[in-house]
Amino acid sequence: MNEFYLEATPKTPKLHFNKESGEFEISGRSIPENSIEFYKPVINWLDNYIDNPNANTLLVIKLEYFNTSSSKCLVEILRRLERLNSSHKVDVKWCYEEEDEDMQESGEDFKEIIKLPIEMVIISD
Amino acid sequence: MQAEFGGNQSSYKGSEILLSYRGNVTDELFDAILELAEHKLDQEQTTDRVKRKVFKVLVESLQNVYHHFDDFPMSNELFPVTFSLEKDKLTYSINTGNHILLDKVEALKSFIDGINEMNDGELQTFYRDRLGNGSFSENGGAGLGIVDIIRKSGEKIAYKFRPVNEDYSYFSLQVKVSA
Repeated sequence: MNEFYLEATPKTPKLHFNKESGEFEISGRSIPENSIEFYKPVINWLDNYIDNPNANTLLVIKLEYFNTSSSKCLVEILRRLERLNSSHKVDVKWCYEEEDEDMQESGEDFKEIIKLPIEMVIISD
Repeated sequence: MQAEFGGNQSSYKGSEILLSYRGNVTDELFDAILELAEHKLDQEQTTDRVKRKVFKVLVESLQNVYHHFDDFPMSNELFPVTFSLEKDKLTYSINTGNHILLDKVEALKSFIDGINEMNDGELQTFYRDRLGNGSFSENGGAGLGIVDIIRKSGEKIAYKFRPVNEDYSYFSLQVKVSA
């Protein structure tokens, strides 16, 4: 329960959700054909975490690219954190490369949809 | 005559075929096509921005086919799925083709016509509404993939339906990404 960790692959992101620090990371590329199946275990882990959360939670999303079905799973994760944020502090950092306007646009999509403080962070090469 | 766009029936003369595939799709084949396409794009003399856009549109187009094609028995004449990545000067085109059941044609047609007519702002609102409402099928559908393709490519998509027999139509889709 202390942490959920998955190495990145060419089609799936690194997932590192750490209960001790309250820091969660999703980074790399997320283009699995079946995103629901891929994200299910970490969403289950998150549900357990939310039963007994830290005072502060930080989610860092540093994706190079994600497909449409992954975006649905990101919404699922962010909706859970949105609910958690009503009683505990939750911050989200959306990291993207300066010239990647698609990832910037995606971050703005989530900012619009999800009621959470989502900070847009530009990564320099 | 399979591919309405791309392949041997390319809509423009002088276009270069970077990658072309006809046959069935499986997870392994799908991965192999993606890997090959990425390798091909790496060798292209264009900006990283364009390479990234082409790759994103390509992934989404292929996954769209993968999740939505209706099983069609392979024969010598007809391939269940076709795919090609082509280049003409500074424009890349991603072409996909798959069989769909005739009774799905009208709905798909009016869906694509509808989003092709939207301006950037309308596309953004439509996409955000759908994503936020979470109205998806198990495959992540709700037409979000096609909306995403149009948003990323920045161009309208071209499509054709050609009846194959009393049950199936052949659906071809062409998306362009310009440098």
